[in-house]
Amino acid sequence: MFKMMKQEINKVIEECKEINKEFNYFNYIIENPKKEGKGKLDGVYVSVKDNICVKGVPSSAGSEIIKDYKPVFDAYVIEKIKQEGGIIIGKTAQDEFGFGGFNVNVAKCFKIPLNPFDKTRVCGGSSGGAGGLTQKASFRHIAIAESTGGSIANPACFCGVYGLTPSYGLVSRYGLIDYANSLDKIGIMAKEIEEVALMLKVIAGYDKRDSTSVKVRIPDYEKILKEKPKVKIGIIKESLGKGVDKKIVEVIRKRMNKLKEKGFMVKEISLPLTFKYGIASYYILALSEASTNLAKYCGLRYGMESSVEGKNFNDYFKEIRSKYFGKEAKRRIILGTFTRMAGYRDAFYIKAAKTRTLIIKEYKKVFDDVDVIVSPTMPILAPKIEEVKKLTPLQNYMMDQLTVGPNLAGLPHLNIPVGFINSLPVGLLAITNHFEEGKLLQFAKIMENETEEKKN
Amino acid sequence: MEINEDVIKHVAEIARLNLSKEEIEEFLPELKEVLSYFEILKKLNTEKVKPSFQAVELKNVMREDKVRESLRQEEVLNVKNKKDGYFLGPKVV
Repeated sequence: MFKMMKQEINKVIEECKEINKEFNYFNYIIENPKKEGKGKLDGVYVSVKDNICVKGVPSSAGSEIIKDYKPVFDAYVIEKIKQEGGIIIGKTAQDEFGFGGFNVNVAKCFKIPLNPFDKTRVCGGSSGGAGGLTQKASFRHIAIAESTGGSIANPACFCGVYGLTPSYGLVSRYGLIDYANSLDKIGIMAKEIEEVALMLKVIAGYDKRDSTSVKVRIPDYEKILKEKPKVKIGIIKESLGKGVDKKIVEVIRKRMNKLKEKGFMVKEISLPLTFKYGIASYYILALSEASTNLAKYCGLRYGMESSVEGKNFNDYFKEIRSKYFGKEAKRRIILGTFTRMAGYRDAFYIKAAKTRTLIIKEYKKVFDDVDVIVSPTMPILAPKIEEVKKLTPLQNYMMDQLTVGPNLAGLPHLNIPVGFINSLPVGLLAITNHFEEGKLLQFAKIMENETEEKKN
Repeated sequence: MEINEDVIKHVAEIARLNLSKEEIEEFLPELKEVLSYFEILKKLNTEKVKPSFQAVELKNVMREDKVRESLRQEEVLNVKNKKDGYFLGPKVV
């Protein structure tokens, strides 16, 4: 029995290595992974985004500055996964510290993950490796990813898999190498919605080591997935017009019409403030928080070091930081430091936080009326790597227009794969009210049962 | 609100980064574009609106002031620059 298990694990690791040679989904593959506990995740292989700490395994958040950092503890989610018998197979590729929407902002020591449907295109980001691997793996696999402004929904969309970002505070961030504390959420990618439900049951819950962890009752997600409530659906008007690929809008409309035919209430709703001010509010807050978070990488306690002999304190910090931070990290540090600086703080940082209040209110008001808000997940199909490299930083940031809203408001959201255009996946983004993950999963099941055409 | 070469240099100094001449030249137009986009928020009236620093309401959490097990010192000190059980940094004064 034990021998059979070992053989199976070896086979899985061999497959990971093969996939990695071609697609670059891993920053690190664990050579001899072990099964520790026993429970809900028996027989499940779990990949972990590089920015989540796994004890003794290089956890570098895609950055050269902590390239060989080996955490001395497991993140909360990793503890839970190990207890339930899940086997951790490695750390997946991401944009450096999560800074990007296409996973092309990788450190020199890592590679850009390639889209599983077309290797000249991106996987999306920042959890690109997680998305690609979830699509490609032939073994039973669930990915642990993380989103700050869309980093789960976006690659899940471009790679054609489910991607759940839970409510802010539902899953402990203990052991997450943070980007922006008020926005970061650990989540899940999987091929089947049942697997998303299974993993959510394992990782959701209160943890006193994360001061923003929320005490809520955790329902049996697998059980409620079997219920079929008559949910009311609102399509975001602003997501169907300018700036969004017409063919993608067409796919979403078709699916919604099918739900209507089946007797579900579907109507258009509007989120004008979110769509006008969401990107600016999100980026100001995210960059401000990122610039303070990255202050801890100074060559002392983690990662890269140099000789401290005879050096001035600040010169030593500058030497390490300038050498090992990538270009986008430097940009974001400069922008985030600027928006928090005396004289600019009120106009940028505080103003963005006030805008966030209005955006949260705008969503809450819509939820008085509907249960699920839907839109396309991304405004475009997975672009070519070369095309992305030509975009200016602002053009890059604008690609997050459909995902920043729920992230700013801390709302649970899920990418649901809904078809293909020119052999590239199309995703629908479903959003529910805080801590209504159950309803979100039910909606995905409804979509599958009521609107999906027979596969192939 | 103009960002220019001097401002970038000043901000980089605060953030403990040395930017090369090439990096400054590359960043300047890019950052200008981003910051001028951020000005869109000026159009929004936020009078009497409280800022949200979290999306979900949180209560302050206190814990008992009790000694409990933590990571071992030798485990935590997994760096090259260390001395007498401390992290070793460059000279301050």
